[in-house]
Amino acid sequence: MVDNPTPRQLVVVGGGMVARRLVDALRARDTAGQWAVTLLCEEPRAPYDRVALTSYFTGRDPEDLALGGQELWDDPLVTLRRGVAATAVDRRSKTVATSDGRVLPYDSLVLATGSYAAVPPVPGKDLRGAFVYRTIDDVADLRTYVEQLRTELGRPLRGAVVGGGLLGLEAAGALTALDVSTTVVEFAPRLMPLQVDDGGGEALRRLIEALGVSVRTGTATSKVTGRLGRVAGMEFADGDRLEADVVVFAVGVRPRDELAREAGLEVGERGGVVVDESCATSDPSVWAVGEVACIGGRCLGLVAPGYTMAEVVVDRLLGGGGTFPGADLSTKLKLLGVDVASFGDAFASEPGSLEVVISDPVAGVYKKLVVSDDARTLRGGILVGDASAYAALRPMVGRELGGDPAAHLLPEGAAAAPAGDLPEDATVCSCNNVTAGAIRCSVTDGGCTDIAGVKACTRAGTSCGSCLPLVKRLVTTELEKSGVEVSNALCEHFDLSRAQLFDVVRVQGLTTFSEIIDRHGRGRGCDICKPVIGSILASLGTGHILEGERASLQDTNDHVMANLQKDGSYSVVPRIPGGEVTPEGLISIGEVAKDFGLYTKITGGQRIDLFGARIEQLPRIWRRLVDAGFESGHAYGKSLRTVKSCVGSTWCRYGVQDSVGLAIALELRYRGLRSPHKIKLGVSGCARECAEARGKDVGVIATDHGWNVYVGGNGGFTPRHAQLLAEDLDTETLVRTIDRFLMYYVRTADRLQRTAAWVEDHEGGLDAIRAVVLEDSLGIGADLDDAMAGHVDGYEDEWAAALDDPETLRRFGSFVNAPDQPDDTLVYVSERGQPRPATDSERTGGAVLIAGTTLEVRR
Amino acid sequence: MTIETTAPADLGVTWHEVCSLKSLSRERGAAALVEGTQVALFRTFDDHVHAVQQLDPFSGANVMSRGIVGTRGSVPTVASPMYKQVFDLRTGACLDPVGKEPRSLTTYPVHVVDGVVSVGLPGGQGAR
Repeated sequence: MVDNPTPRQLVVVGGGMVARRLVDALRARDTAGQWAVTLLCEEPRAPYDRVALTSYFTGRDPEDLALGGQELWDDPLVTLRRGVAATAVDRRSKTVATSDGRVLPYDSLVLATGSYAAVPPVPGKDLRGAFVYRTIDDVADLRTYVEQLRTELGRPLRGAVVGGGLLGLEAAGALTALDVSTTVVEFAPRLMPLQVDDGGGEALRRLIEALGVSVRTGTATSKVTGRLGRVAGMEFADGDRLEADVVVFAVGVRPRDELAREAGLEVGERGGVVVDESCATSDPSVWAVGEVACIGGRCLGLVAPGYTMAEVVVDRLLGGGGTFPGADLSTKLKLLGVDVASFGDAFASEPGSLEVVISDPVAGVYKKLVVSDDARTLRGGILVGDASAYAALRPMVGRELGGDPAAHLLPEGAAAAPAGDLPEDATVCSCNNVTAGAIRCSVTDGGCTDIAGVKACTRAGTSCGSCLPLVKRLVTTELEKSGVEVSNALCEHFDLSRAQLFDVVRVQGLTTFSEIIDRHGRGRGCDICKPVIGSILASLGTGHILEGERASLQDTNDHVMANLQKDGSYSVVPRIPGGEVTPEGLISIGEVAKDFGLYTKITGGQRIDLFGARIEQLPRIWRRLVDAGFESGHAYGKSLRTVKSCVGSTWCRYGVQDSVGLAIALELRYRGLRSPHKIKLGVSGCARECAEARGKDVGVIATDHGWNVYVGGNGGFTPRHAQLLAEDLDTETLVRTIDRFLMYYVRTADRLQRTAAWVEDHEGGLDAIRAVVLEDSLGIGADLDDAMAGHVDGYEDEWAAALDDPETLRRFGSFVNAPDQPDDTLVYVSERGQPRPATDSERTGGAVLIAGTTLEVRR
Repeated sequence: MTIETTAPADLGVTWHEVCSLKSLSRERGAAALVEGTQVALFRTFDDHVHAVQQLDPFSGANVMSRGIVGTRGSVPTVASPMYKQVFDLRTGACLDPVGKEPRSLTTYPVHVVDGVVSVGLPGGQGAR
C-alpha cells in the first residue's frame, strides 16, 4: 500500500452488509490509499450477516453472524464507529453530524442506511409481545421474551406472524425453533406472493403445514388484542380470532431515507433515495446503495444487488465508470427446512413465454420453468420443495437450455449437466457476483487447486453458500482439463484416499498392513499412511492396536497409549464417563498421581490429566488405575474422547432431561471407536446449554419432548458451531441417529478431517447426510447399525488388555537392555506445588531440579 | 543366522553387545543404553538393523526410537514422534525438516552376529 499523506474523506452512513461490502471493496481496490473511510454504524456491533438472522435462534451467537475477517477494522484507513448514528447531513459544508455530537467533514458521502421493518397501523401493535424482525436485537428480544413468558406461564406458547413473505416465513421458522406453535397470517391469497405463483404457494403451504405451522392466507389483520398490556390474541377483518402470546410483524420493509429527505435529496414516490445508474443521488458527492437506494424507480430488498451497488460506487470513487447492470432478483432460501427458489422471469411476464410445470403434491414438490416460445431459452423458474436444480439453472437464464426443459426438473441432479460448459459470463455466485469465467480463471491463472483456494481468491460461495456444489464441479472440471490430476492419494505409498482405502479394506476383509500395502500400495509406508491404516483396522475391530504388526502402525500417542509431552514424558487420562466420578475414584486418581509424582490438571473434557509419567512407568500406573476400576480414556487416540455433560434434570432446577445419564450411556457406547480424527460429544439437559454441546462433533440438547441433535461442531483453530441434524428425537432414535452419523463419518471422511469439514465437503452437505442418517437414502442404514453394534460388542479396555500381555508390556521398557532405568535427562522444577519440565536456562543455571517426577516434590 | 554390518570400517569403534535381534520388533524402534549413551535401534522389514541417536535434534527429547519406521522410495526412514521430521536411517540425514533448518542424526555402526545386536561407539581399536 502506498501511503497517501492526505487521503480524501469518505463517510459511510449505515453498518449493514452492503456498507461492509463497500468498505471491503474500497480497501481491496484503493491500493494508493486515496480514501480514508469512516463507517457510522448505528447498531452497537460491526456489520453482520442479516440474511442468516434466523440461525441465531437455533443457538448461534451474535459473533457467528460476523461478516468476513475482523482485520478490516484494524486497517488504519478504516474507522468503525459503533453505536453512532448520523443525525443530519449539511450538503453545503459537506459535513455529517453524529449522535455523539461530532461533525465529520466528507469529500464523498454514501448513504447505506437500509430499511426499517414496517408495522401496519393496527390497534395493539405496541403491546408487549409484539415484535418486528430486522436486527440481532429484535431477534434477541423476541427470544428473551418467549423464554421468560414460557417460564412464567408454565405452558407452551402460541405465536402469530403477520406476513407470509420471505421475512414472515423466516420469522415463523424462528418462532418454531423456539418451540412456539405458530400461525402465519398473509393478506395475499398465497404465501410468498412476490416470489412464487399460486401453484408454488400451494405447495409451500402444504409443506409448511406439515411442519406444524398453521397458515391463513387471504386474511387481513384488524387488531392485536391485549391483556395486562401484553399481547393475548389477534382479530381479523372477517371476524375470526386467534389466541397468541407473541406477534411478529413481517409485512415488509421501508427505506430509511429520512436523512436524505432532510438534506433535500430527491426521494422516490414510495420512498428511497433516488439514484442514477452510477448510484449517485441528485448531489454528485452523495451516493446511496442497498435497500435505501431507489434505482430504476424501485428499492431492492435483496443483498446481492446491494453488493453490486457497493462495487459500482467504489469503482466511481476510484475514477471508474461502472454502472448498475440491473438487479438479479433470484432467491433461494431454506425456510423452515423447505427449499424455495425463484429466479429470472418467474411469473412469465414476458409475452410468448411457455411454462413447464411439474407438481407432485405427494412428494411435496412444485417446479416450474419459464421458457421462450420455442421452448429453447430459459427465462426463469420457481422451485418449491426441492431446489437442488437452482444452482445449475439460474446461471442459464437467458440462454439455451439444451434438450427437453422438463428433463431439468427431474429429481436427483438431472439438471447437473450444464455445469461443465457454463458460459464464461454466467454468474455462479450471485451474492458476490462471481462468474463461471472468474472461477475457471482462478484455477487456470490464479493457481488455485482446491475449493478453499477458489473461495479465498474469488469469494464465490462465501456468503450464502448455495452455489458451492456448482463451484466445486467447475473447479474439478477445470483442474482435470488443465491436466492437474485431482489427487486423493494418501501419500507416496498409496494412490487411494482414506475413504477408498477404508472400503477396500472392509470389503476385502484385509487385516494386516503388509497385506494391504502389498495389494494396494508400494514400499513400507510412512508416518502418514501407517496411522491411517492402523486407525482403519481398529475401526473395523481387528484386535488390539499394539498386537503384532499393528504396533508398528501407531502414531506417537497410540504407540504407547499415552500422550507424549514436550520433554518425552507422557500424560495419562483415565476415562471418566460424562464427567461423573465418585469420591473413591477421585481419591484413587489422587493417590496414583501422588505416588508417581505426577502433575495433575483438570481437562476441558471433564476429566483429569496426569503429566510427567515416564514410558516405563505407564504399565505400573495403569495397573493401579485399572485395579481402581478405571479404563483407558483414549485421550491419545483419534477416537471418541469425551461426552461432556451438564448436571441435568437429576439435580438442576432447570434441567428437563437426564443429561448425565445419557452422556454416560453415549460415552460407554462409543468409547474406543477409532475415527479419522478425534470425536467429542456433549449433552445438555436444557436449552441453556451448559455442556456447550454445540461446540462438539455431536451435540445433544434436551427439549421438553426429547432430544435435539446437532452435528459438526468443534473448538480449536477453526471453531465451528454444530448444526441441527434432527429435533425432538426419543432416546432410541437419537442413539441410532448418532450411531449412523458417526459410523458414516468413520467410513467416508478424509484423514484428519473433523466432522465439520466432512459435513461441508460432503456432496449435498448436511442435507445429504441427514438423508443418509435419518431416511437411509443410500440403503446402508442397516449396515451402519451392524457396524456400530459390532463395535459395542467388541469393545475391550485397551489398557487392561495390554496389562495382560507380557509381549506388549515388554515394549514399555525404557531401554531394551535396561528396561527399568529412567531417562536421566528428564528434570523438573516445582511450580505452585507441582512439577513441571525444567527450561533450558534452569537446567544450565542450576535452578532447583528434581531428577524424575517420582522423587518427592519440594514444596 | 544374520550377519550384517552397517559400517564398512570397524576401525576406530568399540563394539558393545546390546540385545538379541529377537527382542527388536520389525519396524518398531527400541531405545538402548550403550555405555551411558542413548541410542535408538530400528529393525526394518527386511531385518536390517540401524542405530541413530535417541535424542531428537528438533525437540531435544530422547524419543527417536518411538517414531514411525517406513520408506521414502527405497530409503529406510524414521519420523520423529514429536514434530514429524523425517530422517534417513542409514545416514541420519534429515529428509523432511518440516519447515525448520535441517539437522541430522548421528548414526552408529551395527553388527548382528548369531542373533546378537552390537553397536559400535567411537574410540578403541575395533575390539569386541
